[in-house]
Amino acid sequence: MPTEVPERRITGQYAGSVLEVDRLTVSFDDTVILADLSFSVARGASLAVIGPNGSGKTVLFRALIGAIPYAGTIRWAPGTRFGYVPQKLDIERDLPITGRDLLRAKLTISHAAKEEALDALKRVDLREEVLVQPIGSMSGGQFQRLLVAFALIGKPDVLLLDEPAAGVDAPGQQALSEAIRRLQQDEGVTTLLISHDLSVVYHYASSVLCLARERSSLGPPQVVLTPERLSEIYGTPISFHLHDDHGR
Amino acid sequence: MDARALIVCAAMAVAAGLVGCFAVMRRMTLAADAFSHVALPGIGLALVLRLNPLIGALVALLAGSMLIWAIEGKTKLSTEAVTGVVFSVALAIGSLTATGEELIDALFGTPGSMTIAETIFALVAALAVIAFILKARDRLLVSLVSTEVAIASGIGVTSLQLSFLVAFAVTVALGMRYLGVLLMGSLIIIPATVAKRLARSIDGMFAIAIGAALASTLLGTWIAAFAHRPSGPVIVGIAGGLFFLSLVKLPAPRPKAYADKETPAHDS
Repeated sequence: MPTEVPERRITGQYAGSVLEVDRLTVSFDDTVILADLSFSVARGASLAVIGPNGSGKTVLFRALIGAIPYAGTIRWAPGTRFGYVPQKLDIERDLPITGRDLLRAKLTISHAAKEEALDALKRVDLREEVLVQPIGSMSGGQFQRLLVAFALIGKPDVLLLDEPAAGVDAPGQQALSEAIRRLQQDEGVTTLLISHDLSVVYHYASSVLCLARERSSLGPPQVVLTPERLSEIYGTPISFHLHDDHGR
Repeated sequence: MDARALIVCAAMAVAAGLVGCFAVMRRMTLAADAFSHVALPGIGLALVLRLNPLIGALVALLAGSMLIWAIEGKTKLSTEAVTGVVFSVALAIGSLTATGEELIDALFGTPGSMTIAETIFALVAALAVIAFILKARDRLLVSLVSTEVAIASGIGVTSLQLSFLVAFAVTVALGMRYLGVLLMGSLIIIPATVAKRLARSIDGMFAIAIGAALASTLLGTWIAAFAHRPSGPVIVGIAGGLFFLSLVKLPAPRPKAYADKETPAHDS
């Protein structure tokens, strides 16, 4: 399996892909954010997207869900259901919308039973009492978990998570990572995760897509996350601490 | 005031309260007020063509909402900015196409009883707006929190935005007969603003906005008839009074540091 391909053709490691991206180009006015990016994601895979700030990680996700115009092809397997967790949202503090309002809205939109919401809350370790608060008065971590719970309702086949653990405290981060890992491993949900936490990426991702202006690459974490490769991508020497599995 | 007019007034107030909730939460407040001016060229043209000004206003408002939606989609400018431009142009064209007392009536409302056709139109339109907001509330709510999350949840955000603008336009046109288009903007915005300050959930906001709009409209109409004054300004005056009352009732805003804690203290 190639880790770097001059033609920018990057292939996932499984057959039966849920997503195929071919020569994807996104530009805002005259600035090209993503150029000629091609890759595929296998059903049930766990793809981590890394790259320096401004490399287009969030833009890639927004293109994948169809929120911004792009050139090239993005092909999702027919009938794919998404769950999307955006990067930290800036919510007006005095909106009279509670967590319950938001989850109830998702239940209606995705024609799901109430039990799905309770199950999602349990997975992200969010207490039901928090739901009566307006979303603007929740802490950053609580709101982030609420967004993950929101994404889980409707039984998505694919989860797109843009730094889902940003602002979440340490136990919360662990619970979230665990929940995402379980969904992917036990229930076969394909996960696409943007993360700056390279140790999380190393442990949980089956493959890593590394966005860099010059050379984007895709490969298993052991191949992509080498000190040499990372310093090439980030333009500065970089290392990360690998916990052993017992220490997680 | 006859029973027929009373029912129309009540339906109009409920529609205004509901539409206002989302207009206020989407920060369309000023845009909403300015939007009502878009009716002007239509009213002017209808008067020239000897048509019912209501038809002219409705056509202009619908055309205006399409135009605002299209420019917004093309340029990614905010609704507020685009409405500002469209409204100024509409005002300019409006003042060129019509002058006179009828125009003033359309802007500030005309007392007197409605024809059967007007009553039926107003009722159907108000019920359609109410049904739309109640049916689309979950989709509107999610797209308010995040456009991307809404798109990923399968919501057609662009068409939802257009439907909302159309519902807004219809609501403004509805109020033309009683409040006039200028004051109708206020009946949409003020009760919803009161509700936003007092409510802690979306159902609460709906209930307070509808209550405030109904109270202002019915009480205002009654006082205006009693005091032989035009109803529009009295209705908006009462709504304004409710807003100032809501300021007194408001609990102190939570300090930021409070909400940033993982487990916030009890709400005061």
